[in-house]
This record gives sequence, C-alpha cells and structure tokens, in this order.
Amino acid sequence: MPLRFQRHPSLVAYLTCGDPDLSTTRDIALAAIESGADVIELGVPFSDPVADGPVIQRASERALRHGTSLLQVLGLAKEIRQRSQAGLIIFTYLNPILRMGIPRFSAAAKDAGVDGALITDLPVEESHDYLAEMQKRSLATVFLAAPTSTDARLKQIAQASSGFVYAVSRTGVTGPRQQMPEEAPKLVARLRRYTDLPVAVGFGISTSAQFKAVGKFADAAVVGSMIVETIERNPGKEAESVAQFVKQLSVVGRLS
Amino acid sequence: MATATITKSPTKKSGGRFGVYGGRYVPETLMAALDELEQHYEKAKRDRSFQRRLDELLRTYAGRPTPLFFAQRLTKKLGGATIYLKREDLLHTGAHKINNCLGQVLLVERMGKHRVIAETGAGQHGVATATVCALMGFECVVYMGTEDMRRQELNVFRMRLLGAEVRGVDSGSRTLKDAINEAMRDWVTNVRTTHYLLGSVLGAHPYPTMVRDFHKVTGREARAQILRAEGKLPKVIIACVGGGSNSIGIFHEFIKDKKVQLVGVEAGGRGERLGDHAARFSGGSPGVLQGTYSYVLQDEAGQISATHSVSAGLDYPSIGPEHAWLKDTGRAEYVSASDKEALQACTALARTEGIIPALESAHAVAEVIKRAPKMKKSDVVIVNVSGRGDKDMGILRENLKLD
Repeated sequence: MPLRFQRHPSLVAYLTCGDPDLSTTRDIALAAIESGADVIELGVPFSDPVADGPVIQRASERALRHGTSLLQVLGLAKEIRQRSQAGLIIFTYLNPILRMGIPRFSAAAKDAGVDGALITDLPVEESHDYLAEMQKRSLATVFLAAPTSTDARLKQIAQASSGFVYAVSRTGVTGPRQQMPEEAPKLVARLRRYTDLPVAVGFGISTSAQFKAVGKFADAAVVGSMIVETIERNPGKEAESVAQFVKQLSVVGRLS
Repeated sequence: MATATITKSPTKKSGGRFGVYGGRYVPETLMAALDELEQHYEKAKRDRSFQRRLDELLRTYAGRPTPLFFAQRLTKKLGGATIYLKREDLLHTGAHKINNCLGQVLLVERMGKHRVIAETGAGQHGVATATVCALMGFECVVYMGTEDMRRQELNVFRMRLLGAEVRGVDSGSRTLKDAINEAMRDWVTNVRTTHYLLGSVLGAHPYPTMVRDFHKVTGREARAQILRAEGKLPKVIIACVGGGSNSIGIFHEFIKDKKVQLVGVEAGGRGERLGDHAARFSGGSPGVLQGTYSYVLQDEAGQISATHSVSAGLDYPSIGPEHAWLKDTGRAEYVSASDKEALQACTALARTEGIIPALESAHAVAEVIKRAPKMKKSDVVIVNVSGRGDKDMGILRENLKLD
C-alpha cells in the first residue's frame, strides 16, 4: 500500500491505540480517514514515553492499564486495513519491537497490511538490522529529523527514510503549542536538499491555521496530541468528536 | 528467565558499545547534543589542564583520596576473610556521586552552557549536582520522583538550600526511572542551553563511558592502597549496583586482574515477584530503556516493570550496559540482598565499626556478611561503602524501631 500525499497539505493523524480501548481506536481511525486524514499513525503505548508531553503520557497510561500491546496494535491495523486503503504507520518506542523481535515484527506488520513504521528512539546509527528487515518486506521506514540535526545527519536520515520523512517542528516533546515555530520551514528546506520524499511536519500542530501554514512549505502535517486530547475530553463520543475536529482542520486548512 | 527473540546486535556501526550492550537510543533532537558532549569529553580527556583542574577539585574540594579502612571488629566478628572498607562515604556531599559531578560540571563550562539538569533517586546525585552548580554558579534543576522526595526529604531540603530547584515527578512509579524520563523531556526541550548531568553509568553513549571514567579514581586508589596495606591484591571486591556507577568505579581498575572476583549486589527488595525487587540480572532480559541497550525488568510485551527497594538509589529497572557485558562475559558476578538483609547490615556495620552506611551501600555490606565467614583469613575483601547513611535516618527509624 503506497503512502499517498495527494491532498495539500495531507493530514497524518496520530492515535494512542487502546485509549480508551482498541475497538474505539478502530472506530476513531476509520472516522478520521472518512473525514479527511490521509495517513494514520497507530501509536503503541509505552511505559516510558520520553519524547511525549503530558497529553500522550496520560493516554498511554490509560491504554496500558488494560494491557494494550504491540501485538494487539498490529491486530487493530489489520482490521482497519480490511476497511480502508489509507496509509497506516506503526508509531512506537523501540523496546516493544525488540521484545517481539525485529524479524517477527516486520513479518507481522506486513501481514497486517501496515505501510511502515516510525520508532521514536531509534536514530539512524542504530537502525541497521531494522532497516534490513523492513526493506526485505518493502515496508517504509520513517525517521525523524530535528531542528538540531546537522546537515550530515539530515543526509543520513533522508537516505534511510522511505515513505516520508518526519520533520520535528521544534525542540521539545509532543503537545499543542500556540505558535508555529520559525524553525520548521528552515528544517524542511534543509531536508529537501537531500530528498525528494514527501516531508511531514509534526509536534505542536493543533489548529487549522497551523495546519494551513504547514501546507505552505511541507507536504503533510502530523496532528497528534490535539486528537488525543479530543478523545480524552469526549468519553462515549470519541469517533464523532475526532471526525468533527478532522473535518474542520481539512476544510479550513486545506489549500485545495 | 524469559528471553525474547532479540537480535544479537541491534546495531552495527554506532559507538559506545560493551559487547552488544550500550549504544545511543534517543530521539533525534538529542543526537547532536550527544555528539557535542562526546567531542568535548574526548578533547578534555586528552587535555592536561582539564585533568589537573579536576584532580585538584577532587583533592581540595571533594576530599580525595578516601581512606581504605581495615574493618578489624567486623573481620573478627565474621571470623573469615580480612575485610577492608573503601570510604567513599567520607566524600563531600556524602557519597561517590561528587566524582562524576565535578568532572561533568567542568565539561559544562567548556561547552559554554549555563543550565544544568539532573535526575535523582536517593537524592545523593541531586545533592552532588546542586553542590557543583553552586560551586560554578550555574542554574540547577533536579527532577525527583515524589515517592523518593517523601522517603529522602532531608536531601530535598539540602538541594534547595544549595540553590537548586527540585521538581517533583508524579508519573509512573514516582521514582528514579520517572525522574529520568522527565529530565530527558526537559533536555529535549532546552537542549541548546542545557546540559543533562546524568548521575550513573546509564543512558546513551557517551554517558556510560564518561561517568565510569570519572569514577575510576575509586578503584585506582583502592588498588594502590590495598597493595600498600596487604602487599597483595584482594580476592573479592563487593559493591552495590543500582545504575552501577560506584561499582564500575571500583571494579574497573581490577578488570585486568583476572584473579580478583568482582561482585555486584542488586536490590532483592521484598521478594522475587516482578515489581517487588530491582534484581535486573535474575529477573530481567535485554532491552532498551532511556537510551541504552542492557538488562531490563520488563513484561512479555516489552513494557518496563515497576521495581521496589528500600533504598531509592537501587530502585531502578535497568542497569549500566558495561555491567551487562561484565555479567555475560563472566568477569563479574551479580547477587542480590533483600531489604531486610540491607537493614540488618546497616545496623551491623554501625555497631561493629561505628560507620552508618547508606542503605544502598548496606546491600554490599550484607553480601560480605554472607560471604566472609566462608573465606580464609588470608583472603582479602574490599567493600565499597559508596555513601553514608545520614540521608536514611527517616527510613531507618521507621524500620528499626529503636526509639
């Protein structure tokens, strides 16, 4: 399944799987796709999410309370794939994958119909075995690029990435911010020197204005914490609330 | 032991490896800062003026060298091996942690940063960090789990008195692991102005190597001191292992002396069930936590387990990667002591030698109490007393009921 970024900007929606439970996550994912999301990042909850702010930390704790696992997230991906052709990315910390075994993970991901994965705490230098396994099965490997990355690192990141590159908009953890950081356009411009892959910008994007602003210099915007917070604030009507939020983002924020 | 299907080597080309263990598993935002730190450290290591300055601070400020003390009454009472204590507890701030803090704070100065953050469990590393920041005039923020703040409240006050800001961490088990998570989040946000003064041989490369190097002085001194006192090397060296900084500090100089047995003591806590202890080698398996590949207490799905120990400084689900390598190669042996054994050992050392060890160090004392009676008088044992027990008076009062 190719990752498609035809709309502008495309919307990558992040969900913490298992919050509040797996079947609701499935409904939310399908509703988000229906309302305008192009790619869904299926977040695997982890006990020690060092790159995440309070919103996703809380969601992870809720999901882990009833034992949401990587294996279950792959099962969920399979269910979503049966009903939708949208891009699906597993978004996770490394340890659950190591515990499962990298070969077993990539086989299961392929079987589930997932398009690729992004591992928050796996920099390019440490990715040799993972890249080999994922490439063997034609699964995309999305890496993070940060404003602090040197040009030499950006080049490595661009070379190791497939599907798209995820540009982190600012130094910091995930979570909504008022303003669009000035660093993001510069980072994307630097990245473009090394790659023709689509570039998605994430971290701190929560409003249609920000979404629209990202469209001026990047191919896609990742919206995470704001969706997770919408889920947290609307118990019992998670899917409808997320659908409404995504619709508003894409109607107001999309240029075409 | 449940070992999952983990690839033999998660990496092929990164630095900072001890066998397959170690490496650098952090979000991309931190990679440049780790590179910068590594470069500054490598340069400082070769710079005589850096070493001279560090040596002088260790001598005139921290109080090195620390004595190697012959524990005559303990030796007699146990009736076996000849026991020596390496008195790191006599250092300024009360534990070995100051060795590393002085080294890193000199690096902070070289890097031109002015803000320092740290995590702390028992509070000893937090106090040492607050101390060196006061010494240098740097801003200091210490992250500490609220559970640890409760049980080590005296150290919280000491940090504040020294001008540091102590930020309580209320997530997860509210102990050392969660304090590290929060420190990493701060670092990811303020990486351009801030140095993360990590307090153990944990985390991403270069920390496990750099922190070890700053603690190697303990073993260097101990080796010369025991040769002077006994005319021979010890048979056994015993140290407690949380992250593993005091133990690697005293072990390292002896690694090449193959006949010297190196024994690390983990926290056996209150039982063998996952969640009741912090014995990574008997209950854990290889995995990645907080930047490094090492033994980790985790469940079948790769989620990190809760831990328990009466001593906050040992209450951590992973262990320094060099220890994982020493364990796998058989060069060091790892055992555990329970909460109860540590508390008993603390009283025993207090009453036979007039030395109240920190509860962490009491785990090492507990091991010598088990081991010494089975050894010969001609066998020499060194126990690293990594810290003093002043900070533990609250917990000791609660548990020993002497009032």
